[in-house]
Amino acid sequence: MAERSDEVKLLGMWASPFSRRIEIALTLKGVPFEFSEQDITNKSPLLLLSNPVHKKIPVLLHNGKPISESLVILEYIDDTWQNNPILPQDPYERATARFWAKFVDEQIYVSAMKVVGKIGEERDAVVEATRDLLKSLEKELVGKDFLGGKSLGFVDIVATLVAFWLMRTEEIVGVKVVPVEMFPEIHRWVKNLLELGVIKKCYPSRR
Amino acid sequence: MADEVILLNYWPSMFGTRTMIALAEKNIKFDYREQDLFNKSSILLEMNPVHKKIPVLIHNGKPICESLIQVEYIDEAWPGKNPLLPSDPYQRAQAKFWGDFVDKKVYGPTRLIWGPKGEEQEAGAKEFIEMLKTLESELGDKVYFGGETFGYVDIALIGFYSWFDVLEKFGNFSIELECPKLIAWAKRCVKRESVAKSLPVSEEITKFVPELRKKIGIE
Ligand SMILES: N[C@@H](CCC(=O)N[C@@H](CS)C(=O)NCC(=O)O)C(=O)O
Ligand SMILES: N[C@@H](CCC(=O)N[C@@H](CS)C(=O)NCC(=O)O)C(=O)O
Repeated sequence: MAERSDEVKLLGMWASPFSRRIEIALTLKGVPFEFSEQDITNKSPLLLLSNPVHKKIPVLLHNGKPISESLVILEYIDDTWQNNPILPQDPYERATARFWAKFVDEQIYVSAMKVVGKIGEERDAVVEATRDLLKSLEKELVGKDFLGGKSLGFVDIVATLVAFWLMRTEEIVGVKVVPVEMFPEIHRWVKNLLELGVIKKCYPSRR
Repeated sequence: MADEVILLNYWPSMFGTRTMIALAEKNIKFDYREQDLFNKSSILLEMNPVHKKIPVLIHNGKPICESLIQVEYIDEAWPGKNPLLPSDPYQRAQAKFWGDFVDKKVYGPTRLIWGPKGEEQEAGAKEFIEMLKTLESELGDKVYFGGETFGYVDIALIGFYSWFDVLEKFGNFSIELECPKLIAWAKRCVKRESVAKSLPVSEEITKFVPELRKKIGIE
């Protein structure tokens, strides 16, 4: 349980979609935290000490105790600060949410990273593969405001990676991976996200 | 309402083994349905349209995919008997971290070890031992990964135990020499009825892997 004296520190990176997830969850729960910007090209002793296994951000330090891996951290936050729950109560719905979160990280993200790394015909193939994966998400959104249903939930927070990392990176890379004609539901969902105070705060629009 | 529980599985799978152990820990009867992965059944395609993989747990008609998610689901849906995850949020997070570690870091190298011979195989062997050592140091002097009671991380890892013999054969190493404490842990786990009755027999995996290599055209 949260206490008044809670000391919450996030080792993160402004540009990392993984670290943004944690900011969103903490902001949603109204948990004050200190943000410590990390340089992953020159890892700090605190990062190496806190996440010796993967040596990656984000790491959440709660009263000095480290937790790594964004999906694990999100669940920890939900278990520790129980107001504004992000995961549903029902075991089946929880399992479904975890399934989609894993899908975003292990399939969509992995595939999207290849789009960033490839050029020419090879890129066309991975763009196609990424779109195939995104179709599952598109289908999930039919008839819903958010992936979590009526309000922002666990999968939405995880999938901000698609909304604000992939869909902004595609402009930089110069290839539209998620065109509105093909993914109207995803675009509608991004609009819904942008109307939320917590998103405005954690993902300010760039212009 | 009587629970109807079905498991779609393929016997050598270290993933399916996890789900079987979790069900056994909770004393849940289930209908086991062996799947042919080279000729996927319509029920598998219907129940896991995204990945088309086993294991799939079907509870009262509703499918749950991904073995570690199934283990957690089983713990949440049948909370009374033998809790598999700790209730303390921090301990729970640690358990999930290590379960995820097994999936991200242990499985990949095992594929390289029994895959095509060559540099990749050597790199796989090195990586595998290194990852087991990381796990061994996390285990430390505890009885199980979670302390005194058998749970989530034990379940995540023990499914690989039946594969150890064949991995040693292909990778030219001895896990017992490299990680004696981990082997002692595995032997403790196997004493549990839930594990003993769910784990595939080592010798059968050792016979199965060369056949699999032929089937997928490695040999
Ligand atoms: N699975 C991790 C991914 C985190 C991740 O990829 N972090 C990157 C920055 S965006 C990192 O720290 N990379 C440093 C490195 O790989 O050395 C999570 O969900 O937290
Ligand atoms: N992450 C999955 C992995 C499951 C998996 O890899 N299943 C394999 C058999 S061990 C499978 O069904 N493969 C069929 C295929 O890839 O077509 C889990 O934990 O359940």
